[in-house]
Amino acid sequence: MSDWVEACAADDIDEEDVMRFDHGGRTFAIYRSPDDEFFATDGLCTHEKVHLADGLVMDDIIECPKHNGRFNYKTGAARGAPVCVNLRTYPVKVDAGKVLIQIG
Amino acid sequence: MVIIGAGECGGRAAFALRDLGYDGLVTLVGDEPHLPYERPPLSKEAMASDAPEIKAIVSDDLLAEKSIRHLHSVRAVAIDRAAHEVRLSDGSSLSYDKLLLATGSTPRKLPMPGLGPRCVYLRTFADALAIRAYLRPGNRVAVIGGGFIGLELAASARKLGASVTVIEAQPRILMRGVPAEIAAVVHDAHVSEGVDILCGDGIAAIADDGKEVRVALAGGREITADLAIIGIGAVPVTGLAAEAGLAIDNGISVDAQLLTSDPDIFAAGDCCSFPLAVYGGRRVRLEAWRNAQEQGALAARNMLGAGEAHAAVPWFWSDQYALSLQIAGLSDEGKITVRRDLGEGAFILFHLAEDGRLVAASGIGPGNAVARDIRLAEMLIARRATPAPEALGSQAVKLKSLLAV
Ligand SMILES: Cc1cc2nc3c(=O)[nH]c(=O)nc-3n(C[C@H](O)[C@H](O)[C@H](O)COP(=O)(O)OP(=O)(O)OC[C@H]3O[C@@H](n4cnc5c(N)ncnc54)[C@H](O)[C@@H]3O)c2cc1C
Ligand code: FES
Repeated sequence: MSDWVEACAADDIDEEDVMRFDHGGRTFAIYRSPDDEFFATDGLCTHEKVHLADGLVMDDIIECPKHNGRFNYKTGAARGAPVCVNLRTYPVKVDAGKVLIQIG
Repeated sequence: MVIIGAGECGGRAAFALRDLGYDGLVTLVGDEPHLPYERPPLSKEAMASDAPEIKAIVSDDLLAEKSIRHLHSVRAVAIDRAAHEVRLSDGSSLSYDKLLLATGSTPRKLPMPGLGPRCVYLRTFADALAIRAYLRPGNRVAVIGGGFIGLELAASARKLGASVTVIEAQPRILMRGVPAEIAAVVHDAHVSEGVDILCGDGIAAIADDGKEVRVALAGGREITADLAIIGIGAVPVTGLAAEAGLAIDNGISVDAQLLTSDPDIFAAGDCCSFPLAVYGGRRVRLEAWRNAQEQGALAARNMLGAGEAHAAVPWFWSDQYALSLQIAGLSDEGKITVRRDLGEGAFILFHLAEDGRLVAASGIGPGNAVARDIRLAEMLIARRATPAPEALGSQAVKLKSLLAV
């Protein structure tokens, strides 16, 4: 079982936005949805390893900044060319204003 | 359903037909020996690696799973519209209910005597491998044409240690479709990486003796190179369509639904010209990757009877060194330009029409610095929005907030 890691303060991310989080040599993307929930996925696009945190969040979708590949960040599902491999997602909780993610 | 051309557009269209639930025969015909693959890496990453690999957009397994028949290394040589049949180079024929032409484009040839084995073009993976073999320290490369493909190749060639001269007949590089302010950033990046850029000088003569190429410029200079790469634009592949009597107008002419002058034949991607709704139906032909994907998917929907009109905004990107450039819309539609600085040298030029409509946005910067704002600009363009120039120019105003209006 792996530990919960503190990623950032909840206030660091706007609603419907995303932030990059690096930990232990890995990179993640932390999302705050329009209805104020938090999610986390692998930080790099499955097409060409680009940081998704530079992309645009719209509703449930993160759009890759490089070629506009789309993923549902809540489920990790790839949602359109050129991406076809899903993103890995991680459990997230908010505790005392801090966003924690469980890195498996 | 038969699709001619197994590139980005044809490949995406075949899968889109299945995703839409079509369960009849789907045949994808391509004259290259490969699975459909991505061309953009050919001037970028594929070039920089020691052993360039093809970046296929599908796998044999996926084709089998979706029951898509892919015929490779065969050309479609004729369309018999009355019989609804396509004749192939191996002597066989295919009958179709609906046909999609996704034949792409091919490099414009330099109309000049003297070209030889060391004068090359880039379109296919085979072309890329041939070029890659020359890119090493000590070799001299002449790039004829300061367009995207030539410049990306220049950057890759420098990365691999070759010396590079870019020859452009126009007064500056990237004359077509890129604002001068952005072209200047690209120009400076190349110069600081050691590329020699010669603008405003045409080619008087070329001599290739199989060992080296000598390029004589009208202004008197002579450049000697081990390889001359010619990148002077692309022309649509329309021969098959023209011989079948389909209307041609800077590409296979299609309507907003991508239908040709034959009600059972569609065309999409680099090979077609179409009315761009966002600019009041101005007829354009795009050579852009996302357009090929989107039109492939749209053609598939319309082959199944959706009757849907094209509505997308053109979008293009290019990578050179650490710089990435992205353009949404066609900047020549603009009359007024507003600049927005994003920090670290990244900036976006917003192009507005006289009536205040945002019609295009061109951005450049390190990595993906401009990506998010260009994407938001694209959405504003699609909505025919008229954002206040002051808001566009001010970093304090989030572009996303303009979309909410
Ligand atoms: C080196 C390079 C770099 C690029 N970089 C970028 C970039 O950074 N950004 C961007 O937006 N765009 C870029 N592009 C453009 C992009 O790749 C094209 O817009 C896209 O490939 C067009 O797809 P298409 O399917 O319409 O045509 P193509 O990809 O050209 O595919 C057409 C296919 O049809 C085949 N064919 C033609 N006629 C026949 C026939 N009669 N029978 C059978 N097969 C036939 C061709 O051989 C080809 O395989 C680049 C292109 C190149 C060449
Ligand atoms: S790198 Fe993400 S879509 Fe290509």
